[in-house]
Amino acid sequence: MSKAIITVENLIKKYDSFTAVNNISFEVFEGEIFGLLGPNGAGKTTTLEIMETLRDKTSGKVIIHDFDLDKSPDAIKHIIGVQLQAAGYYPNLNLSELIELFSGLYGISVQPMELLAKVALTDKAKARYKELSGGQKQRFSIATTLINQPKIIFLDEPTTGLDPQARRNLWDLILEIRNAGTTIVLTTHYMDEAEVLCDRVAFIDAGKIIGIDTPDKFIDNLVASGFERKKQVKQANLEDVFINLTGKEWRED
Amino acid sequence: MTKKYSNTKATLAMAKASFRSILRSPSAVVFSLAFPLIFILVFGFIGGGGVSVDVGVDKGSDSQNPIYQALKSSKIVHLVEDETESEMKSNLDKGRIDAIINIQKQATRPPFIVNVRYTKASLEKGNIVKSVLNNILYEANRTPDAPPPVAELRESTVEARVYKTIDFILPGQLGFSLLSSGVFGTAFVFLSLRMTLVIKRFFATPVKRYSIVLGEAIARIVFSLLGALFIILIGYYFFGFTLIHGFVTVLEMLFLSALGLIVFMGFGFVVSGIAKNESSVPPIANIITLPQFLLSGTFFSITAFPTWLQPISRALPLTYLNDALRQVAFEGATLMDVSHQVLILLIWGIIIYAVAVKTFKWE
Repeated sequence: MSKAIITVENLIKKYDSFTAVNNISFEVFEGEIFGLLGPNGAGKTTTLEIMETLRDKTSGKVIIHDFDLDKSPDAIKHIIGVQLQAAGYYPNLNLSELIELFSGLYGISVQPMELLAKVALTDKAKARYKELSGGQKQRFSIATTLINQPKIIFLDEPTTGLDPQARRNLWDLILEIRNAGTTIVLTTHYMDEAEVLCDRVAFIDAGKIIGIDTPDKFIDNLVASGFERKKQVKQANLEDVFINLTGKEWRED
Repeated sequence: MTKKYSNTKATLAMAKASFRSILRSPSAVVFSLAFPLIFILVFGFIGGGGVSVDVGVDKGSDSQNPIYQALKSSKIVHLVEDETESEMKSNLDKGRIDAIINIQKQATRPPFIVNVRYTKASLEKGNIVKSVLNNILYEANRTPDAPPPVAELRESTVEARVYKTIDFILPGQLGFSLLSSGVFGTAFVFLSLRMTLVIKRFFATPVKRYSIVLGEAIARIVFSLLGALFIILIGYYFFGFTLIHGFVTVLEMLFLSALGLIVFMGFGFVVSGIAKNESSVPPIANIITLPQFLLSGTFFSITAFPTWLQPISRALPLTYLNDALRQVAFEGATLMDVSHQVLILLIWGIIIYAVAVKTFKWE
């Protein structure tokens, strides 16, 4: 087994009386794509934002690339890239100006065109963020996570709201980034996506982790337990694991 | 990390981004430049570039004397000589002419007596005539063969200088432009950065909070001072705005502008903290800007207000910025001379930033 780049131990996050994250522990290995799966409100984003240094935790321990979150959050910021769910960008600036701004915030210099080339947006260098299509917006968001050449990037629902083509296009991009050596932690509601992308996934429900393994293992286990799909196409897919584990078909946010 | 992280570099990156954004934002340009310029243009033309007074010359008046010649060459005084005595008298009663003079030569000393009749219909302009005459008599009395100067003629030069409409309007407009840019601009920027999670995304980078605020402040100050400089230069070259000590006066005005803007930005931070969304910014910001627009001597001198209203005017920060700008530009006051106004602005600054620290929200 490869080396852990993220270690989360007994993480708890409480908002007044509500416990969003309830004593979870997991590890993310160097160079893998790790998926946090679960229904809305399960605590995925909260967990992600604590690791991203954006949210205080109530208790627990988080170590990212040997840096303790309590002691050196600034060191962590330097080695991670973050894509937020539905975040906007500084108004009235074009893409290359936005990259220039971010590289200034990281204190490094970056060639905006080189970075835009990685996400196939060089022809949009002079366009504003709001003028981009959904898929282009997400590709640009991912580009901004790569500015500081991070060890780990966090993607919060990167493909939500995209059409199938844009989604597959983004999968290729995410796999490329991982193949270049970057560890990726992502959340998603799409089980087919998790099955294609993730080396390992953790299911979170009501603030607790209820299973961590590879998608294949989860599926095999479910099939071995005697599970059968009503309509026989394949024995099962990851979506079945999701529903089986959480036991809830549909939840509003 | 091979290189040490530089907060200065991050701050400057913020400032550059913000400055670019402001330049491309139509509302910032309209509020800071177009709005005050339109007012200056309107008032500049109403004022005709300067005050002038109509002075009737009595038929029996002597015209072979230095005082008459000086009046004739004055740009402020327009001499009315082609009216009959009764026409002149009636026009004086109606305030159509502001004064009638009659200069008499006599054998004894002093050689000339200047009789002036003012009218209650035009007291203000009468005062201008009075100060112009005082000035002329003072000059005349200084000549070696004339009698020694009379005490009451000793008017100071400042009082006799032409106070043009632009000299009043421009500092008021400049002050108001700084107020709206400081309050509206700052409030909108920080609210929208917060609402669109731009600030949250910044927090995932190593940037410090103060770098974000400082970068925004630098951009706004640079933009507003460029705007102020532009307004002052337009006023100076096209409308004869008085800059007593020239370039030094401009620098002093820019210093006061920066101070005023920093105080007003404090209000902007408070508004951005209180406002729930973008549409609640204008009402809250107007509560702060509108009373100052009306009561701080932007259009009229606050001495023109009823006495019960004046204490309110004298509590507002814009009053002191306007006052300091006018004194510096027109009366040639130094920054030390306006230290009272500067002090009150500083006190406002301390109060408002104390409130801002409590109310400002990052997320």
